[in-house]
Amino acid sequence: MRRDKSAIAAVLPFAWLAVLFLIPFVLVFKLSLSDVALSIPPYEPQFKPADLPAFFGALDFETYRRLTSDSIYVSAYLSSLKFAGVATALLALIGYPLAYGISRCSKNTREMLILAVILPFFTSFLIRVYAWIAILKPAGILNAALEAVGIPPLSILHTDTAVYIGLVYAYLPFMVLPLYAALEKQNATLLEAAADLGATPFTAFWRVTFPMSLPGLAAGALLCFIPIVGEFVIPDLLGGSGTLMIGKTIWTEFFSNRDWPAASAAATVLLFTLIVPIVLYQRQQAKVLAA
Amino acid sequence: MTRGPSAFNRISIGLGLAFLYAPIVLLVVYSFNSSRAVNVWAGFSTRWYETLFANDQLMAALWMTLRVGALSASIATVLGVLAAIALVRGGFFRGRAVFSGMVYAPLVMPEVITGLSLLLLFVAIGLARGFWTVVLAHATFTLSFVTVAVRARLMTFDRSLEEAAQDLGSPPWRAFFEVTLPNIAPAVAGGWALAFILSLDDLVIASFTSGPGSTTLPMRIYSAVRLGVSPEINAISTLLIGSVAMAIVIYGVVRARKTA
Amino acid sequence: MKQIGAVRSSFAPWNDPASVPLVRFEGVTKRFGDMTAVDDVSLSIYEREFFALLGPSGCGKTTLMRMLAGFETPDAGRITLGGEDLAGIPPHKRPVNMMFQSYAIFPHLNVEKNVAFGLRMEGMEKSAVKARVEEMLALVKLEKLGARMPHQLSGGQRQRVALARALAKKPKLLLLDEPLAALDKKLREETQFELTDLQVELGMTFLIVTHDQDEAMVLADRIAVMDHGRIVQTGTPGEVYEAPANRQVAEFLGDMNIFEAVVDSVEPPMARLSGEGMKFFVQDDDCPAAGSKVFLSVRPEKMRISLDPPPAKTPNVIAGEIWDIGYLGDWTTYLVEIAPDRRVRVAQANATRHVERPMSWDDKVFVSFDPDAGVVLTS
Repeated sequence: MRRDKSAIAAVLPFAWLAVLFLIPFVLVFKLSLSDVALSIPPYEPQFKPADLPAFFGALDFETYRRLTSDSIYVSAYLSSLKFAGVATALLALIGYPLAYGISRCSKNTREMLILAVILPFFTSFLIRVYAWIAILKPAGILNAALEAVGIPPLSILHTDTAVYIGLVYAYLPFMVLPLYAALEKQNATLLEAAADLGATPFTAFWRVTFPMSLPGLAAGALLCFIPIVGEFVIPDLLGGSGTLMIGKTIWTEFFSNRDWPAASAAATVLLFTLIVPIVLYQRQQAKVLAA
Repeated sequence: MTRGPSAFNRISIGLGLAFLYAPIVLLVVYSFNSSRAVNVWAGFSTRWYETLFANDQLMAALWMTLRVGALSASIATVLGVLAAIALVRGGFFRGRAVFSGMVYAPLVMPEVITGLSLLLLFVAIGLARGFWTVVLAHATFTLSFVTVAVRARLMTFDRSLEEAAQDLGSPPWRAFFEVTLPNIAPAVAGGWALAFILSLDDLVIASFTSGPGSTTLPMRIYSAVRLGVSPEINAISTLLIGSVAMAIVIYGVVRARKTA
Repeated sequence: MKQIGAVRSSFAPWNDPASVPLVRFEGVTKRFGDMTAVDDVSLSIYEREFFALLGPSGCGKTTLMRMLAGFETPDAGRITLGGEDLAGIPPHKRPVNMMFQSYAIFPHLNVEKNVAFGLRMEGMEKSAVKARVEEMLALVKLEKLGARMPHQLSGGQRQRVALARALAKKPKLLLLDEPLAALDKKLREETQFELTDLQVELGMTFLIVTHDQDEAMVLADRIAVMDHGRIVQTGTPGEVYEAPANRQVAEFLGDMNIFEAVVDSVEPPMARLSGEGMKFFVQDDDCPAAGSKVFLSVRPEKMRISLDPPPAKTPNVIAGEIWDIGYLGDWTTYLVEIAPDRRVRVAQANATRHVERPMSWDDKVFVSFDPDAGVVLTS
């Protein structure tokens, strides 16, 4: 509507992100088409401006062929998606009652409680994952507590269960916050209207509250699912040697095997896998901005 | 129908918060354990804090992390505020879709991808990895969070305040500094704090983009944790949690005093 | 334009061909996308005048004002202030100040600093700023509240701060955007009188935008009635009320009974009309020729109501039945059904406390009006 020169403000961040966010992806893609070399940097630079035809000629899908032929990569992808899917479902199951409970409290209590949910997010992620090692390890706090009441010890650390515990623990605020935002907005008079029209509390919840909270649930699910697919710290520290996740694979290829093209190819595939959920998330953000 | 938490609601809240806080509380408690073993309580002691402060490597990493955090958060704040202004007020300018995509994508982008891609950029342009590359990387991934924090405040900001300032004789840029900025300052400060904490917290991106001599605290903690649980790590974790808690309390008090 | 009675006061530069307007809109048009907010508006505002732009929301009045302040740019036409074309001059360089509808008081500055803001931007010396701020706060009776923060003020006080801040720079023209809309009724009425006093005292030119006809009538020397981006009528409050240009203006300013009629004969200044099965006898200088289709409009308070039939030969008598009564204390409004589903509105001042034979629902009554109460409208 109004003529506005504020768009000029975009120039600096636009340039910054173009150089430090967009171009790097192009480089990842390019490198994934290169061959391994045992130099530092450990790849053969394919780009020589003088001979562009040779540049394109030298690019090949050799790395991808390696990726698809080695079942480790394929299973790492599938297993990452499984971890992210199951963890997101668990997060919704645990996060929803929590967010709903908080939204039902009085205004002051509500704000205190939601702050309490956000607070752990401000303490180090690494430290919070680390805290679970101390609890779950064979000679850890959990087993000490179990022993005290006469229950045989459990070995949870370095299993998929530990990874799920860590994922749910670390991402819970990301699920609760958008859910709470959607639930808190709801007007109490809506439920009164539903009750007045003959709905039982459960029907009122199921027919009014729940459908209205779905956008919040969707936002929370995306906010958890996308980063979990690429998660590295949790599977690395809590999972076992058999725990396959693509974030961990990229890390290993890069730091241990020094196979940069393989890491790049894996990252490229991961990025393409995530494009759909990221676009969905962007749409959601655009809607929030328009509202 | 009465509003208010039912028994089920109360239980959900209680269990939820217990789940969120129990590990942190245990970590803090065991940092004061005089024994090295995690499962045995051998009495109160501050010996791990003493060894911690004597650990030069860890202290150097802490100093590095704080410097990276403060600098990258400041850069991210300037860029993030500009991006928020463009998104809230710029209307539909050319390239807006790409721009908003780039601004919001880092919020959910897996860190391994961001880290790897930035490293390749630094290698490609021949920038030696060290303090500055970590600062650049952190400013890039945290600016989105600043934008989100400031965007919300800017959306509810009454534009007629700026118009009033212009009407009273201040040019648009001055109206921004005299009127808009003081009023969105809490959100900007909050954005800076968020960027600072995210930078302090980051392991993955720093691992990719740092070089020799620029090891950050999370990288040190990570390598120590891989070797197993240690009370020293408990101690530094407690210090970090304590300082964050203190910062939040101070922020709360200042805000309460302002609105009183 | 229709003129009734003598010109109201001695201040009427708009009737003097020699006077030069302070503000001039010449064929100004503003479009937002497909919507034409302001459509070819020409308007003159004179120095020391209190001018009101009146119209329903969305009629373009605020856009017109914002173009004067510099927040919108006209798509066509030009705006001059003191003879100078304002095109291309940014808001902060225009010698015009505005009081915003939301008041737009800077929440991070106290009352004094709010008032001083414009002076500081001007680069005025500190001691001079202090003196002027004190003067302004005294003017709006807020001397003691200079150190208060905006959130510690009542709605009325905030309104005064906004006023003091806009007046501090002694602008050539003060723009007021719905300045009293946020106040409650009583406070609004008090403030209206204060505003007119202030305007006379300071000898400044005020332009107010409002959707409230009472406010416009109380405050303004002249009113421009706007609708759909166009100015429908400009005139003194008396002119626009008593001699509306068309039905739209008539119905927007207060209540109006309108009868569809045909002119039977004209013997200036009198005219005979017939319509809706009735005969009318009215006094109107501008009545069109016999045979024209017209609308006869009569204000409710210019009609009489009685239980007994008026004396024979009284013109303009309509028989009916009371359909509804609205008692307002000072006034009573009667809705009288004069034909199936056809009602007229009659307002009576309650001049005495007790009435011997009060009228009640379903009473048979007679409604009448004098020949000079009716206005003949052609559209």
